[in-house]
Amino acid sequence: MKTKKSNKLRGLILSVGLIVIAGLIFTGCPSQDGMMDSSDAAQKVYVAPGDHDDYYGFFSGGYSGQLSVWGLPSARFLKVIPVFSQDPETGYGYSEETKPLLETSYGFIPWDDSHHPHISQTDGDADGRWIYINANNTPRIARIDLQTFETKEILELPNTGGNHASSFVTENSEYVIGATRFSIPYEMDLDVPIDSYSDEFRGALSFIELDPETGMMNMDFQILVPPYNYDLGRAGKGPSADWVFFTTYNTEEAHTMLEVNASRYDKDYIAAVNWRKAAAMVRNGAGETMDAEYYHNYYEGNQGYAISTVKNEVTVLTPEEGQDFIYFLPTPKSPHGVDIDPTGEYIVGGGKLATIIPVHSFSQMIDAIDNERFDGHVEGIPILDYDATIVGEVENPGLGPLHTEFDGRGYAYTSVYISSEIVKWSLDTFEVVDRIDAYYSIGHLMITGGDTKNPDAQYMIGLTKTAKDRYLPTGPKQNHPAQLYDISGDRMELLLDFPTIGEPHYAQAIQADKIKDNIKQIYEMEDNDHPHAITRIRDNRVERDGDVVRVYMGSTRSHFRPDNIEGIKVGDTVYFHLTNLEQEWDVVHGIGIKGANNSEILVAPGQTKTLKWEPKRTGIYPFYCTAFCSALHQEMQGYVRVSAADSDVELTWKTGNN
Amino acid sequence: MNRILIITLTLIASLFLLQACGNGDTDSTTETAETEEQGLTEFELEHGIGPITERVDVGDEIDGELVTKGRNIYEMKCEMCHNMEGRMVGPELGDVMERRSPEFVMNFILNPSGMTREHPVGQELLQEYMTAMPYQNVKEDEARAIVEFLREYNQNN
Repeated sequence: MKTKKSNKLRGLILSVGLIVIAGLIFTGCPSQDGMMDSSDAAQKVYVAPGDHDDYYGFFSGGYSGQLSVWGLPSARFLKVIPVFSQDPETGYGYSEETKPLLETSYGFIPWDDSHHPHISQTDGDADGRWIYINANNTPRIARIDLQTFETKEILELPNTGGNHASSFVTENSEYVIGATRFSIPYEMDLDVPIDSYSDEFRGALSFIELDPETGMMNMDFQILVPPYNYDLGRAGKGPSADWVFFTTYNTEEAHTMLEVNASRYDKDYIAAVNWRKAAAMVRNGAGETMDAEYYHNYYEGNQGYAISTVKNEVTVLTPEEGQDFIYFLPTPKSPHGVDIDPTGEYIVGGGKLATIIPVHSFSQMIDAIDNERFDGHVEGIPILDYDATIVGEVENPGLGPLHTEFDGRGYAYTSVYISSEIVKWSLDTFEVVDRIDAYYSIGHLMITGGDTKNPDAQYMIGLTKTAKDRYLPTGPKQNHPAQLYDISGDRMELLLDFPTIGEPHYAQAIQADKIKDNIKQIYEMEDNDHPHAITRIRDNRVERDGDVVRVYMGSTRSHFRPDNIEGIKVGDTVYFHLTNLEQEWDVVHGIGIKGANNSEILVAPGQTKTLKWEPKRTGIYPFYCTAFCSALHQEMQGYVRVSAADSDVELTWKTGNN
Repeated sequence: MNRILIITLTLIASLFLLQACGNGDTDSTTETAETEEQGLTEFELEHGIGPITERVDVGDEIDGELVTKGRNIYEMKCEMCHNMEGRMVGPELGDVMERRSPEFVMNFILNPSGMTREHPVGQELLQEYMTAMPYQNVKEDEARAIVEFLREYNQNN
């Protein structure tokens, strides 16, 4: 039997060898061209081990509430930045420092739906200082610092329902915008019948001023607009830089079964707002101050606790006839995206239910305004004549065009949802010149360096909604895919298809050099201004104040100080203020303690973070470093003794022999 | 036997042919970091590897102001791992200025990974303590101040 088997094996090897020889002799060596597209594509996305990608890609998390970071073109996953949702991996939203960031006028909210990241701009180019991202559900905007990749600030938007048309910045980051997707009564907490929709409900367009030095947000003013759904927005560029544009749907003012009732009209509007003029009006006393309640959460100083502040007023501008800061551009049909080309001249509507892609001209829009080519007014807002502003209608764009980005070489790329494709069309002829499949059902697309005056026409990402059969299956629910395309040539070329995290709606990609040279590697101990930090290990201690116990703890490889604590009692609230005394890049310590009802926390080098712990039972509680920090990581542990509430165990702490 | 020979020859031939098809431009650039551990200069052996490449004139007198500065940095960035008397995570430092030159101490502070990787004393210490000394973001003038603090301690204890 044995011999027979090995004979068979020999035979097999022999035949394989002969086939290889024969194959090579008769067909010659496999040529590079012959290896076809997949090998070319692989080369284009290959980044050798240890080398860095050319671009940072920031993908929104959608219903994960976070922002994920990717290297492009390799699609290396770099990190998830927690923003609107608690994150047990880092302790974000669990640590005492970060919890205030998630406070709202509705209380502490551990989740949201993040859609549209937008990098701060200087002179119309992404400058890599901050990235803003919106929360759609409980309307907010967050600012993430791109030196530390940490969320530093969250601003709630008052009197807004569904902040979807957000968080796009203007050309020099003067403003970041927000808007109402689901119109609601503007007046705070107004209790009215839903079918009073047209009378009582309104939309609000929000203009949030940005501090040029710190990127901090300030709710400057809102514009009260008719009860439509304000869907997406974009700022102008160059000649149109003083304007922002919002799409609307549901100009039918439906409040039930919108899929039918909000799809009746052939055209809805793009709202064009001259923000500079509106801001000047507000400065000159226009608008009224209205009651509101909204939270502004942010860090003061280098470290410490984020603070929550409550604001109770907002300035509101209500458009009136004769004012000239807001106009409606009729646009077919239930448009989704509104996108401005790099020159600032073309305003492209994603005519979701339209059979064409409508393109307005900014200069024609200005002419129409100057010549008062109006087609009536709605609530004081002039409606411009469609024929006066429209400059092109792209025919045959596929079914369900949504979003458009530009390559800066005269071409636009529009994602088309229903027919699941991307169409490339000319901004000169308004004709489709190329189309490529998306896998499957594409939402947003994004061009590297895009939505700026100077996109890099190198790569394009398509963010699709369903994976179906594209990857190894993972049950009834698959993660959402992204596709990477090469757009450097005449034809779009698919390079890569990879699963993402959450549901990325929009994404941004920026040249890596604009960020990576400014990355903060450590928090400098000398600058640690956290009120509960210890910057000298000899200051480690435990303090009791009533039933609040504060543990001032230090960590270094590979121990905590203190690591033995006694005298904690049931009913105490214990705060572990852990300072990581390391000053070496990427050396992180964490702490987890048995029975804690929150999460562990991770502490970056030189940083202080606080874990709250309320022991409910007596006993001995081990704690340990949650990050594998060193060869003796397993030894990095300690014990807390918890005694009965009425015990007289003295509060003591120690490490080693001291 | 004959059969085995045929199989072997066949395999060799096919491998050879396949190899001939190899892409010419995959030149294996494996000339990574030069390995010159043993090629240390006399100065480096005595005074360590790092930014300090010349003797530092510390003088005979102790500079009190420098001692204070050095103590502050020491307490913030060194003390969690070192005792003055007795070993802890790292070696005791009360008498380190008797054992090492000022330049050696400064280089160890300023270039700990290089020292533990390339210097025989550093390699030995790593084997003994099993924890690599981290870079604590100490600047050159601060390392000099730490040396002064350690000199002062050594003289008075």
